Amino acid sequence: MTKPKLRFSRKAFAYPYMIFLLLFVVVPLVIVLINAFLGDEGKLTFDNFIEFFSDKGGGMTVLGNSLIIGLVTTLICLVIGYPVAYFLAKYHASNKVFVLLFILPMWVNFLIRTLSTKAIFIALDVKLGMGTVMFGMVYNYLPYMILPLHTTLVSIDHSYIEAAEDLGADRFTVFWKTIVPLSVSGIVSGITMTFIPAISTFAISEILSSSKIFLFGDAINMHFSKTTNSFGVGSVMSLVMLVLVIIANVLVSLTEKKEEVKSAL
Amino acid sequence: MNDIIIELKNVNKSYSDKPVVKNLSLAIRRGEFVTLLGPSGCGKTTTLRMIAGFEQPTSGKVYFNGEDITELPPHKRALNTVFQRYALFPHLNVFGNIAYGLKLKFVPNGEPTLDKKGNRIQKMRKLTKTEISDKVNNALKMVDLEDYGHRSVNSLSGGQQQRVAIARALVNEPQVLLLDEPLGALDLKMRKDMQIELMQMHQKLGITFVYVTHDQEEALTMSNKIVVMKDGVIQQIGTPTKIYDEPANAFVADFIGESNILSGTMVKDFCVDISGHKFECVDKGFKRNEPIDVIIRPEDIRIVDKKDKQCLVEADVLTCVFKGDHYQVTALTYGDERNEIIIHDNVKVDVGDVIGLYIKPFDFHIMHKSRIINTLEGKIYDENVVEFCGGRFDCVTSLAAGTHVKITVDFDDVELMDDEEDGTIGATIISSIYKGSYWQYIVRTDDYYDFFVDNDYEWTLNDRVGIKIAPEKIILEEIILDENGAAAENENKEEQND
Repeated sequence: MTKPKLRFSRKAFAYPYMIFLLLFVVVPLVIVLINAFLGDEGKLTFDNFIEFFSDKGGGMTVLGNSLIIGLVTTLICLVIGYPVAYFLAKYHASNKVFVLLFILPMWVNFLIRTLSTKAIFIALDVKLGMGTVMFGMVYNYLPYMILPLHTTLVSIDHSYIEAAEDLGADRFTVFWKTIVPLSVSGIVSGITMTFIPAISTFAISEILSSSKIFLFGDAINMHFSKTTNSFGVGSVMSLVMLVLVIIANVLVSLTEKKEEVKSAL
Repeated sequence: MNDIIIELKNVNKSYSDKPVVKNLSLAIRRGEFVTLLGPSGCGKTTTLRMIAGFEQPTSGKVYFNGEDITELPPHKRALNTVFQRYALFPHLNVFGNIAYGLKLKFVPNGEPTLDKKGNRIQKMRKLTKTEISDKVNNALKMVDLEDYGHRSVNSLSGGQQQRVAIARALVNEPQVLLLDEPLGALDLKMRKDMQIELMQMHQKLGITFVYVTHDQEEALTMSNKIVVMKDGVIQQIGTPTKIYDEPANAFVADFIGESNILSGTMVKDFCVDISGHKFECVDKGFKRNEPIDVIIRPEDIRIVDKKDKQCLVEADVLTCVFKGDHYQVTALTYGDERNEIIIHDNVKVDVGDVIGLYIKPFDFHIMHKSRIINTLEGKIYDENVVEFCGGRFDCVTSLAAGTHVKITVDFDDVELMDDEEDGTIGATIISSIYKGSYWQYIVRTDDYYDFFVDNDYEWTLNDRVGIKIAPEKIILEEIILDENGAAAENENKEEQND
């Protein structure tokens, strides 16, 4: 005789979050997907796609601009961030405070940060435009570049550096032939953590250029606003964004897998 | 030409005021296989790293072929290192790792050219691709990894990685190869094989090897010369046989192989007294009745019948364990003080048996005691209170407060407390040697004075203990200060390192 028992498996603890995911991630995605194919009269149509890809409303141009700005931002972040991360890692033990200082801006809401930046620019009488937008982007995304780089650089075993010196490498060679190759995984994750949010950003460009420069995120935002009310095209743009993010992630996982394969062999 | 390739002169190294290597001087000859041997924390790796250039001595000089290289960065030194955990570059394959040094190398291009002023100059060039690949392949062949060039270093076993690390260092044709515990991560069988291979390489290449290890057996097997270190100080330098047969002090004897270390007195030349028994030995030149340490290797003791006329001393058998090629017997000798000794012999005895022991005269290794009494300096703090080593000890004295004093305490009179709080000062056990019937400890106080302590109980290394000394056991002697305030009678505080 077995007693009927109410049994909980540990899986049950995951259910609340799965329900949350379903309601707030999967369902909205499905809605976006449906919207993308929905015409004005509620019929299935490809008009939204045609409108976007034919660049009638300037959607493609905005995407192109966003990609360029995203790339430039990422590049600047890498050029500034790598040396910072390198020196933070080198003097890691004694200077935890410095690491904190570089992460600190992340704790302030980015709208507040951006609005304050604008206020400073206006106070300094700097003309708002591309320059100020780039500044705002780099300022906002730099910590996302530094953090993964720092983590990777700190974990590089010092004996690799000593081995390189021992084999005749001067400081410059040690850096380019040992430290940089060993930090590739950090560079890759830094780039993704900067590039993906940078291309989909909104508000920064709007605020710091007084709405003169328009990025992809702003464009999506506009399409969903009450005045324009073109949910269809907005949804198509959201999907394009999603595809870009997926592509970026696949690229990253490819480089990572290559390393994993290397170390697993 | 001088055949000394590396010389360290009065080298000191401290990390934030903590001395790691103390006044070390060492000369290494061309072609030697020198092993720096000692327990962990003895400064052997630091010494090697100073030769390699990864560490700068706090004071002192390092010479390479007679040239001062103390300040020279590692990449300019004509020596290469095999690291403890190999440090193979994970982003390069085996070939890339070995070629790393070659790609950075400049060699004379063979055609002397004239510069504008007409001086002959030698132009330098990089190695060509084929030269590099030839050299790498030769190096791979030398370490038996011919077809592994394309392999990723992480796909190799520990032994193979080890070989790559050796090939990576040797391919640069260094004059000296430094090896930092290179076999530490390998299993026993692999270690033995690699030991033999390294010895063969050393013979074939004829270059100098400087090897660091804590494994005494490895050191004895491989080297021409062993440097035994302890606490940053060289204890003994010598050939393996010399170090084994004639250890310079009780520490070396205890560290190199198993040994019985007993206290005794030298009655006269060729006669030593251990616990009331007099034995014939071959040592002379000691003071009459000088307290000494006697070292007897377990394999030098023969078990004989107690009625045999060879029998020098009788003993009770405590244990007898079969070890394959011999029996290991522990026995308790009869005498004024009963000493526990270890014997390796191929006679089987039973526990409880009374056996006789015979030792040949030249198997008694007699050495001066490194210290016979603890001597230090302090100051009278108050009536019947003396301050030294950061603690205030009760004592019996008529000296006034403020007097500088020399304090002497016998080894037996230093009491050790399990609980640090129970002692007047705290200290750490840094050395323990079993002397047959008691342990002799070296106990380091927090301001780096080393007390020698004889004690019946067992503590482990690095234990924290409290030190207590009975008031009547503290012997005080006034130090007369001269005008400059310096002690006129300058007692040598650091006498343990002779």
